[in-house]
Amino acid sequence: MKYIDEFRQREAAQGILKKIYALSGKKVNIMEICGTHTHAISKYGIRNSLPSHIRLISGPGCPVCVTSAGDINRIIEFCKREKNTIVATFGDMMRVPGTESSLQEQKAMGKDIRVVYSPLGALDIALANPGKEIILYAVGFETTVPTVAATILLAKEKGIQNFSAFTLHKLTPPAMKALLDSGELDLHGFLCPGHVTAIIGANAYKFLAEEYQAPCVVAGFEPLDAIHGLYMLIKQLKEDRVEIEIQYKRVVTWEGNTRAQRILEQVFEICDSNWRGIGKIPMSGLRLKNEFADFDAEKKFVIEAGIDEEPQGCACGDVLKGLLTPNQCPLFGKICTPESPVGPCMVSFEGTCAAYYTYGISQPILTG
Amino acid sequence: MRQERILLSHGSGGKLSYQLIHEIFLKAFHNEFLSPLNDQAIFNLPTSRLAFTTDSYVVNPIFFPGGNIGKLSVCGTINDLAVGGAEPLYLSASFIIEEGILIEELRMVVDSMAQTANHAKVKIITGDTKVVERGKGDKLFINTSGIGIVKDGIHLSPLLIRPGDVILVSGHLGDHGIAIMCHREGIQMESPVQSDCAALHELVQDVISRSHGIRAMRDPTRGGLATTLNELAASSGCGMIIKEEDIPIKEEVKGACEILGFDPLYLANEGKLIAIVSKDSAGTVLEAMRKNPLGKDASIIGTVVGEPRGKVLLETSIGNRRILDMLSGEQLPRIC
Repeated sequence: MKYIDEFRQREAAQGILKKIYALSGKKVNIMEICGTHTHAISKYGIRNSLPSHIRLISGPGCPVCVTSAGDINRIIEFCKREKNTIVATFGDMMRVPGTESSLQEQKAMGKDIRVVYSPLGALDIALANPGKEIILYAVGFETTVPTVAATILLAKEKGIQNFSAFTLHKLTPPAMKALLDSGELDLHGFLCPGHVTAIIGANAYKFLAEEYQAPCVVAGFEPLDAIHGLYMLIKQLKEDRVEIEIQYKRVVTWEGNTRAQRILEQVFEICDSNWRGIGKIPMSGLRLKNEFADFDAEKKFVIEAGIDEEPQGCACGDVLKGLLTPNQCPLFGKICTPESPVGPCMVSFEGTCAAYYTYGISQPILTG
Repeated sequence: MRQERILLSHGSGGKLSYQLIHEIFLKAFHNEFLSPLNDQAIFNLPTSRLAFTTDSYVVNPIFFPGGNIGKLSVCGTINDLAVGGAEPLYLSASFIIEEGILIEELRMVVDSMAQTANHAKVKIITGDTKVVERGKGDKLFINTSGIGIVKDGIHLSPLLIRPGDVILVSGHLGDHGIAIMCHREGIQMESPVQSDCAALHELVQDVISRSHGIRAMRDPTRGGLATTLNELAASSGCGMIIKEEDIPIKEEVKGACEILGFDPLYLANEGKLIAIVSKDSAGTVLEAMRKNPLGKDASIIGTVVGEPRGKVLLETSIGNRRILDMLSGEQLPRIC
């Protein structure tokens, strides 16, 4: 068992796609919440392998994309103002444009901004640079939060005083609720993110079935996972069932990772959060509890509220809400490309626009 | 024991520069053209077509599993000559050294260059050394230029590529990119990946000597297979279709890419060859490649087509086709 090739097998994929075609019926709109699903669906050409009555809508599940321009402006302003500071960030935040600049551009202008592969990497930088202040620019959904929480607990235990985190974490289920509450979308079901659900557990989506009659299937990110997850969801819709199902059983449970949840709850508390393109969603973010104020960059330093202006003409907000597909944005592929992104959806490789642009329109060569 | 470091005065042109050149560079690269230490090397070339190339090497870290910046700087320039069908003869080597680097580290790099050059039967016949202040460089930058000869009858160019041609790679892709990334970031794998850094001229000569059907060759360094094929497609005006499941990639490279969020098709290689050959020659070329240790895992990965012109399509493992574009910017590690 090698755990990669097994989930990319042509015959198996074609077999499930044939089953999906056999279920063919009325038009359905399915949202894949997670950016990694959007990426996998585009990369493997799944979107165009499906029957035309099944429409996949990309949701706001890329942590880079949903970080507001204002929050990016804030960390950039902080970089410009403070000396003797190192900002540690995850790689794909580097290129996201704020209103006028990006971390990548600031680095080119001499600011000390470093890419880390995990929050612990930022702690290593703090230990190696005792004369400097290290701020971890911590974005991400439930998947990333436990590692940030564990890093903060470790920093506290070791008494590291030159480390803090600017936390902009977001929670997935409240965003799904907000999209349904908005009434702007005609959604029939959700393909739910495997990694997030590995932490929070599939029970977290029960309210969607019970209160909104929205069926959900939690799927993994390999092409076979995604296709199988879609099949399970389409089968539910065909059979008029509204349930929460787990396709990604090798990783996801109903309860989730309770140890990670405990660490998360020990360090963070729920708060309102501002989502790029969507606006404020109640109880959809996480902030550090007061007892960790020493590690809260916003309390330790003055990180002033930035101007929250989207680049002119950018339709990322509507793309994130699933109201537009990327190619319906007038900037897509013309002014806005991965080489010169205007909005965040074109920046991260998980961004909807980047996935559409990079992988183009795929052609099914075996199905039909 | 106190370890000697490079000082600014090693680059001043005085006694320390003299010592550095004699004890490090001449000791390693000694040959009849370099040793007189003239401002130029005067040498004879066979009457034939010449190939000339230059490249700069700025890798971080300078030592990595499977090689170092020195070996890389010799192999890289040899390969740039080799993929044009040239036999490499002479190299130049220029060093920009950061103040403070250990002299022992420099010696190891230079010895490795000498060893690689000797093994490849090329001579380093001229060079230069500059020392920059600490913080103004990244330990060590090396530029190498190379001259080679192209024998009569050998003509390789993307302009010769035609629909129906076959695309081959000489072995597993992405090893160098992952080796550097894992070593740089301290990521420990169960089976650590070694860089594939190697001089390819003998492999190229093996192939050229057995077949006249080779249209063009490239070494897919920065930007990887995807970017190189896009360059070839754009230059030739032809399209290309490659099959994902036929592209040789080691399991450990695939695994590391999954963890880091990288695509192996965009990872750098330093010892791999892409060859576009006529359909009739594909079997002969593949066989010739596989007989050389550097090409033992060679594989046919796709074909040249008429449409879409200038584009590369990937047939995915699950049976779809999609565009395989050039790399935009640099690959960055993802959040989740």
